[in-house]
Amino acid sequence: MTPIAESAPVRVRPARRLLDALGGPQNLSLIGALAGVLVVFGYLNPAYLSWSNLAVIGVAATIPALLAVAQTMVIICGGIDISVGSQSGLAAVVAAMVFASTGDGLANGVAVVAIAVALVVGVACGILNGLIIIYGRVNAIIGTLAMLAAYKGLAQLLSGGRAQGYLHGDDLFIFVARGSIAGLPMMVWILIAVAAAIHILLKYTDIGRNIYAIGGNATAARLAGISLNKYIVAVYAVMGFVAALAGVILAARTGSGQPTAGSEGLELKAITAAFLGGCAIAGGRGGVGGTLLAVAILSALDNGLTVVGVNPFWQNVAQGALLVVAVVVQQRRTGERAVGLPA
Amino acid sequence: MRLTDPVRSGDPAGADGLRVEGIGKRFGPVQALTDVSIDFPAGSVTALLGENGAGKSTLVRVIDGQHVPDEGRILLDGVPLRLRSPGDARRAGIRVIPQEPDIVPHVSVAENVYLGSLPRHAGRLVDRGRLHRRVAEDLASIGFAHLIDPSALGRDLTPAQRQLVEILRALTTDARVLAFDEPTSSLSEQETEALFALIRRLAADGRSIIYVSHRLAEIFRIADRVAVLRDGALVGVHGVEQLDEAAVVRMMVGRDLGAMFARGHVFTQEVVLDVDQVSTDVVTDVSLRVRAGEVVALAGLVGAGRSELCRAMAGDLPIRSGQVSVDGRPVGLRRPSDAVRAGIAYAPEERKAQALLLRRSVRDNVTLAVLRRLSRLRFVRRSAERALAATYVHRLRVRTPSLEQEVGKLSGGNQQKVVLARWLARRPRVLLLDEPTRGIDVGAKAEIYRLIAELAENGMAVVVVSSELPEVLGLADRVVVLQNGRVAGQLDRSEATEESVLALAMMSEGARP
Ligand SMILES: Nc1ncnc2c1ncn2[C@@H]1O[C@H](COP(=O)(O)OP(=O)(O)OP(=O)(O)O)[C@@H](O)[C@H]1O
Ligand SMILES: [Mg+2]
Repeated sequence: MTPIAESAPVRVRPARRLLDALGGPQNLSLIGALAGVLVVFGYLNPAYLSWSNLAVIGVAATIPALLAVAQTMVIICGGIDISVGSQSGLAAVVAAMVFASTGDGLANGVAVVAIAVALVVGVACGILNGLIIIYGRVNAIIGTLAMLAAYKGLAQLLSGGRAQGYLHGDDLFIFVARGSIAGLPMMVWILIAVAAAIHILLKYTDIGRNIYAIGGNATAARLAGISLNKYIVAVYAVMGFVAALAGVILAARTGSGQPTAGSEGLELKAITAAFLGGCAIAGGRGGVGGTLLAVAILSALDNGLTVVGVNPFWQNVAQGALLVVAVVVQQRRTGERAVGLPA
Repeated sequence: MRLTDPVRSGDPAGADGLRVEGIGKRFGPVQALTDVSIDFPAGSVTALLGENGAGKSTLVRVIDGQHVPDEGRILLDGVPLRLRSPGDARRAGIRVIPQEPDIVPHVSVAENVYLGSLPRHAGRLVDRGRLHRRVAEDLASIGFAHLIDPSALGRDLTPAQRQLVEILRALTTDARVLAFDEPTSSLSEQETEALFALIRRLAADGRSIIYVSHRLAEIFRIADRVAVLRDGALVGVHGVEQLDEAAVVRMMVGRDLGAMFARGHVFTQEVVLDVDQVSTDVVTDVSLRVRAGEVVALAGLVGAGRSELCRAMAGDLPIRSGQVSVDGRPVGLRRPSDAVRAGIAYAPEERKAQALLLRRSVRDNVTLAVLRRLSRLRFVRRSAERALAATYVHRLRVRTPSLEQEVGKLSGGNQQKVVLARWLARRPRVLLLDEPTRGIDVGAKAEIYRLIAELAENGMAVVVVSSELPEVLGLADRVVVLQNGRVAGQLDRSEATEESVLALAMMSEGARP
């Protein structure tokens, strides 16, 4: 082997280029898995593959997908945010209560202000998570696990544990919940915008490259002049913003702000999807494409189990099992030394 | 266990010891080993030499069962082995001492050594008394008792002590073949001497020893036989008495190298780096001036504070008092980004842990510190990035199949060049290099020396920390010797000799000449 020439053009085979466009061989296996799920459930119940059911799957996947996409960025940066579901719940309650208080108690509030305040609360939650992790020198799992409880408690306190407000009298909330542009539901457009923004950020900007570097080797990144603290806080702040956005959509769809209904357990979906989609547990690897595919798989599976009449409690078991499978596959793929196997 | 009959039966062909035969190993486009056959006889130390990327570590990993060869076989005492994993190799009596051993951080040295076979009381309670006594005896018996405390915690160990733990582990399992892959690159002179004494004893007891190193002088101290690889093929095996350094170098690189150190030694009076009475937790009251074009070497024993001084100048350790200036402008050094912005580049001692993104590409690694400059509206310009990475990869002659190769798959020396490339790409004013040629072959060393000279001639101020005295003397315009965190003295190029540097490094203040 010789040193490579100064301007050696690197030839890329077309097949390889197509593979890369799809996100590498890894995403190919995800596409295979998705096809497998669709075929199996389509065989068991032909109605599963009807357009209307596929649309149901898509809509159900939107909110987990929003959270999973932002979670992907957090995990790539070497962190993790377990508190996202609680942040969504808190944002939903805040949006509804601000809406109610700016109106006559029930309707006619100012939706824009309500949404803005909820998003600001989400960003504040994210920043707080980041600060706790940095300045408290707390492990991200423990820190955000604590905040999972704290934000949920806060949402319950604020709402007294009851659904708040009535949002279905407001045009903006109705539009967010049920409106559509060019045949696609509004919430899907929101997902597309968020996913595209995060994808572009991660793949094409120096910010994204630095996020990968921090997750890959924090010491090296720091010595190369990257301000870890800024990045970590910013990444959690974006996560908080997206979680709040999901909370607002949830509130709009249910017509009221509920502290836990709809949002509780979203963190499990988001984290499972990120790992199944190819994020490395230690950080530094992963991407938006893989995560979106993984959300699609999870959602198709969920719906399929319902359609063929499996006890919903089993769906939780299935989801937990999938997280284990995702992590095992991940470890194998990165060639990391398996814990607990004989040397 | 899937080894073929490990029992020594009859009188198999070949002598006692390890033999590899016709080994071939390919990684994608890279043919790392081609038809390599070498004997590692019992009772002797065989050095394995070659340039960076020649395939030494790959061969060691094949012997260790980490890589399964595409072709060829491995015989121990004439009996073919089937090695599918390091576990197989261990059971067959083959043990590799890696450069960075796995140490459990929160348990003691003793527990680390006997991990998995801790002595117990009745039931499952660990008998700590017996454990510590046993390790203390082991240490005493190999003459290392003064170098390591059996009750120290794993995380507090120096790199040398970590290796010691790994060696102890190997000895407790009664290994027949021991391979060392660049064991001394992070050891002090005293530790190296102790290690050599141990290796000689291990060989005398009838073990086969495989020894990989880039320090040629060492080879003549420790090895009986020398095997040289070039581009994955065996160049030859010779008794060490038939060779001298020049001959070994010629075998390694296929040509004569000429002078290792070629420098103009011209520098201006313009001070670039001015360190004024800097104190940190480890170094005290250090003042240091480096002019444009000057190379200053920091010498001293391990623990004298050389690396700590570098890290402080790089913003990585807090400065308690004093001031660092670059080009006359004071630099507030609170974090590494402050130093980077002020034009200080720092290539740390441990490239894997502190400098490289092992799972990312050569390109990513080279451009890490200049991404902002390569971006427009924060979008990284791909073509500019590729061009810059290619330029520096070419200039430093990094051996890699492409810019997209994962850095973790390059050989050690080439990884080090990638770290240097990263900093050169930033065109810094001050370059701090901590052990820049650790694990680098002679040819690449000469290249790096030439590069340092060239950078200095272009007006950079260079500070080099090195534990190799010939390197210190060959490179430096001035040698600053540290002892216990203080400057013990400065020597001009004309005054610096091995004796004068060592005298300053070791003697107490009153006794200095
Ligand atoms: N896992 C791997 N995947 C791909 N290529 C590899 C892998 N391991 C080694 N190589 C390649 O094989 C060649 C031999 O590498 P090896 O690490 O054996 O060199 P070495 O002689 O030990 O060099 P050094 O002195 O720098 O440590 C190099 O070109 C390296 O890039
Ligand atoms: Mg090597």
